[in-house]
Amino acid sequence: MLIDKNKSASGNEHIDPRQWVKKYADYLYTYAVTRINDEEQARDLVQETFLAALEKVKNFEGRSSESTWLTAILKNKIIDIYRKKSSGLLKKTDVADAETAQKDFFDPDDGHWNEEFRPREIGVEEDLLVSAEFSIIFQKCMEKLPALWSSVFAMKHMDEELTENICEALKITPSNFWVIIHRAKLNLRACLQKNWI
Amino acid sequence: MNSLKGIIYNCRQATFLIEKKQIKKLTFRENVELRIHLTGCSVCRVFQKQSILINRLVKNLIHDSHNKDRKLDDNFKKNLQDKIEDELNKNK
Repeated sequence: MLIDKNKSASGNEHIDPRQWVKKYADYLYTYAVTRINDEEQARDLVQETFLAALEKVKNFEGRSSESTWLTAILKNKIIDIYRKKSSGLLKKTDVADAETAQKDFFDPDDGHWNEEFRPREIGVEEDLLVSAEFSIIFQKCMEKLPALWSSVFAMKHMDEELTENICEALKITPSNFWVIIHRAKLNLRACLQKNWI
Repeated sequence: MNSLKGIIYNCRQATFLIEKKQIKKLTFRENVELRIHLTGCSVCRVFQKQSILINRLVKNLIHDSHNKDRKLDDNFKKNLQDKIEDELNKNK
């Protein structure tokens, strides 16, 4: 996280848009690219964030730090992208495809794991924590998920958003949320296993 | 016993509860059902271990990326700086 050294004891601080690029551009870019995995779009978002912030500068009341405030603006823009991606025409087909893909995981009659899809011990778990490869494989597996599923997964497991906020932002019901959380992990884990070995 | 049968033998339902549990407290009943299932099902125990690991790795990934900022190229930054200056001067 960014540590803001300019913050005064009262919580008020001076806003200086001329310093934004120098102080926050790389940070905001990294924040965006980790979540949407598209460098060009992430760059655009950084620009949009600064321009939107300039318009709102007068309303900034210093209740949060400058960096927190800018990150919040960016975050809302990312949620807009999640929303757009997951409500487009593609939504129905990509969800249907992903559901078909995992139909084979379990026996339709008794709900047991089918032999071929059983999770297997990988035995190198701790190595993965420091593996740079993980982030590459993980991004690829995230991309294979339907947009709605990866959005729900990212909002919950990356940003730890409240479930009710996710449901509201992405226009899904709570029971839908739990189904998606489950299915996203089933597919993600299967994809990771395939690529780990 | 009959109502328990559903979960005891059902890995799909057990993995659902494994996911739910990592986000929200399960009800007493759900907890008991999951425990019974996991006692008898080594495959779902592996699933649970890996699922928890994945969540940990994802958090790590986010945390790490904050420590190692990716860099925007200088040209883009310069343009951005100019745009901000323009906006500021416009409002003077």
